[in-house]
Amino acid sequence: MTVKAEPIPQNFAGWMPRPSETVKGVVDWLTTVDHKKIGILYGLSAVLFFFVGGLEALLIRTQLAVPDAKVVSADFFNQLFTMHGTTMIFLVVMPASVAFFNFIMVLQIGARDVAFPRLNAFSFWMFLAGAILLNSSWFLGGATNAGWFGYANITEKQFTPGHGVDFWLLSLQILGIASLAGALNFIVTIINMRAPGMTMMRMPVFTWMTLVTSFLLILAFPVITIALVELMFDRTFGTNFFQSAKGGLPILWQHLFWVFGHPEVYILILPAMGIVSEILPTFSRKPLFGFPVVVFSGAAIGFLGFTVWSHHMFTTGLGAIANTAFALTTMAIAVPTGVKIFNWVGTLWGGQIRFTVPLLYAIGFISMFMIGGFSGLTHASPPGDAQQQDTYYIVAHFHYVLIGGSLMGLIGGLYYWFPKMTGRMAGDKMGVLGFWLLFIGFNVTFFPMHWLGLNGMPRRVYTYGAGFGWESLNLMCTVGAYLMLMAFLVIIHDFVWAYRHGKTSGPDPWDGRTLEWDCASPPAVYNFGKTPLVTERDDLWIRKHPQLAHKHEHHDSGSEGEHHAEAHGHHDEGPIHMPHGSWYPLLCALGFLIGAYGFIYWVLPVAIGGLLFGVLNIFCWALEGPGGYYITPTEEKA
Amino acid sequence: MSDALAVPHGHGHGHGHEHDHEVGCTGLHHRKIMMWAFLGSDCMFFGSLIATYVAYVGKSPIPPVPYDVFDLNVTSISTFVLLMSSLMMVLCLSAIQRNDIKWFRVWCAMTAFFGLIFLGFQYYEFSHFVSRGLTLKSSLFGSTFFVLTGTHGTHVAIGVLWLLSMLFFSYRTGFGRERALDVEIAGLYWHFVDIVWIVIFTVVYIVEFVVGHPGG
Repeated sequence: MTVKAEPIPQNFAGWMPRPSETVKGVVDWLTTVDHKKIGILYGLSAVLFFFVGGLEALLIRTQLAVPDAKVVSADFFNQLFTMHGTTMIFLVVMPASVAFFNFIMVLQIGARDVAFPRLNAFSFWMFLAGAILLNSSWFLGGATNAGWFGYANITEKQFTPGHGVDFWLLSLQILGIASLAGALNFIVTIINMRAPGMTMMRMPVFTWMTLVTSFLLILAFPVITIALVELMFDRTFGTNFFQSAKGGLPILWQHLFWVFGHPEVYILILPAMGIVSEILPTFSRKPLFGFPVVVFSGAAIGFLGFTVWSHHMFTTGLGAIANTAFALTTMAIAVPTGVKIFNWVGTLWGGQIRFTVPLLYAIGFISMFMIGGFSGLTHASPPGDAQQQDTYYIVAHFHYVLIGGSLMGLIGGLYYWFPKMTGRMAGDKMGVLGFWLLFIGFNVTFFPMHWLGLNGMPRRVYTYGAGFGWESLNLMCTVGAYLMLMAFLVIIHDFVWAYRHGKTSGPDPWDGRTLEWDCASPPAVYNFGKTPLVTERDDLWIRKHPQLAHKHEHHDSGSEGEHHAEAHGHHDEGPIHMPHGSWYPLLCALGFLIGAYGFIYWVLPVAIGGLLFGVLNIFCWALEGPGGYYITPTEEKA
Repeated sequence: MSDALAVPHGHGHGHGHEHDHEVGCTGLHHRKIMMWAFLGSDCMFFGSLIATYVAYVGKSPIPPVPYDVFDLNVTSISTFVLLMSSLMMVLCLSAIQRNDIKWFRVWCAMTAFFGLIFLGFQYYEFSHFVSRGLTLKSSLFGSTFFVLTGTHGTHVAIGVLWLLSMLFFSYRTGFGRERALDVEIAGLYWHFVDIVWIVIFTVVYIVEFVVGHPGG
């Protein structure tokens, strides 16, 4: 397929030289710096942990199916819901989004890789290290049982003495480093590596949402890092940050946590919004309605996301003025969100709609996310929130935005981009069946929780007595949960079957609009044989359908005449420089993982040794030089 | 971290110009944008720590209180030393941009040395405070003060390690003007850590002497 030439000699290799470009199999995956492979690693990990978190959810629902059940113990139940939340947020939705950032965003801007490929690999291995650390606590004396928000001072040593909280603390720190490194990488990639002619306002919305999400990540994660450091010092070194006996204020934890925690909500939903903004135009055969408004709304949501954190704390007694202010900002954030919904509907309106599986998920996203949004508005009002706080109404609300919103968007995205990732089509009849099973199962599980909550059933209770009128609704929720299990088994079966037997997709099965459909499926290691030149928004679409461009499309001022002629011709580049893989990102993460275990069990030689091993590998990494080889693409489009 | 590859404006493909690969469509180097974004992130990091300190200042019932232990003269000197290290850093970058390796080494070593002096002052201050009964565990003031200034000190120590690494590797072949970007990025970090100290010095020390003491 390709001719390779000239491996570049390295003057320093460290103790683990870079593997050559011909390496295959396990070593290739362990050392890869290819954004597509790293994206797949992220995606597969997210699926794995999705089933871990899903198993936890099923145990929770089984315990709650009938009153006074004894399926699990109360303590184990607490571990289950804590780990379910932590897993689904940090180990499922975030890495699934990052999988698409890696695989798709880079293609959408016409780049060959992210700005820092080894740092990208490091992000993944740190993510995996954090995930392993967190889940290993199940087998090392029990997981944390203090809720995913880890409220101090219940997480202080005297109230939660086991190692569970320590595992949780350190794994979140490691996951935070992974997210921070990843987000910095994506920011630089988007700002600096767009194909020639791709101005910011010609960028696909998914790339835009990657950028906004990355900024949220780098600005929100440091805050929880500090909160976790303070709690860790309290637990390990006896400081007093949240010790009320010494004057410490547990409310400080809540502030720090939610200053992170609310932007985190948008970190979870904005990528899905980006995905939906890609799916709808493709299957309506229309440009996204109000593109700039959708982009600015996304940015406005990201910005406002930092101004609403105290709505998680309305019942803590912040006072009328603070509550009023945060109620207003919270309601204000519904405006850009509503704008987006109308723009999505406007995109569908009058389009030539093809009801493919991705479109089903996109429409599912819009409708279910709206229900979650509306219930969210009801607790934007402090008096309403006082009634709903800590009830199943809240559980219903955030599952509507996280499953009905994020997860529907992500699964839709997987159906949409699966042909690009594997070269095969997914989503025949089984895909439709999976969607409807999920849609029905999801609503059967979570809609009754609105009523349960308004009838006063509190969250996080491990069982409940008969006679409150909660029995039948709880049973319904549990039945729905098993329906969802069936749905996910159907969906995963569909993907596995499609990966093996699905029909070949070709580079552009959906008649797509954005640059990722302009390269082979799956893309060659260098992505684009020749760097694309961009002259318009939805450049590929206009190249394919020039007759439609002037009727329906927007016009970028000044760009039409001047570039149309050259749009088809790519300028000539020489052989493409590709990097070799590297061991150091993996070894670095391994060092920090070992150090974390040493720290938790306070075995200082292990803690310091692991840390030093990590730092040693950072030095080797910095010094091993660019390396790599040159590759000459042959004209092909699989 | 220099294996960035795609060149959006990739006209031609000069072999052996690895650094050109890092200039993107903004005309800036990848790593420089990355450092600026990281520093933005670090603002939230120190912002959270300083916010914690401010939320608790004056609310710690257990002596010693800040006014009892702070010595504004000593800390002013160490602050001055750190500020001067920023000047050295500027001279260091200027030297490497002129391809003046000798003076690069001098100023790089001086920057690291001044950083070490600052850390020495911090060590002295910490041990002095501990001898006065202020520890991590003793009170809220102790916890917030040591974790805030200790985190800053860790940043300075990482900066010193970075500078010394550059100094060490400047003796390898091929270190010259083309590495000015590396020095500039280290400098961005160093100046940022300096600026953070100015904020900490103001909020923690100076404000204490202006408004913090009941009698003062």
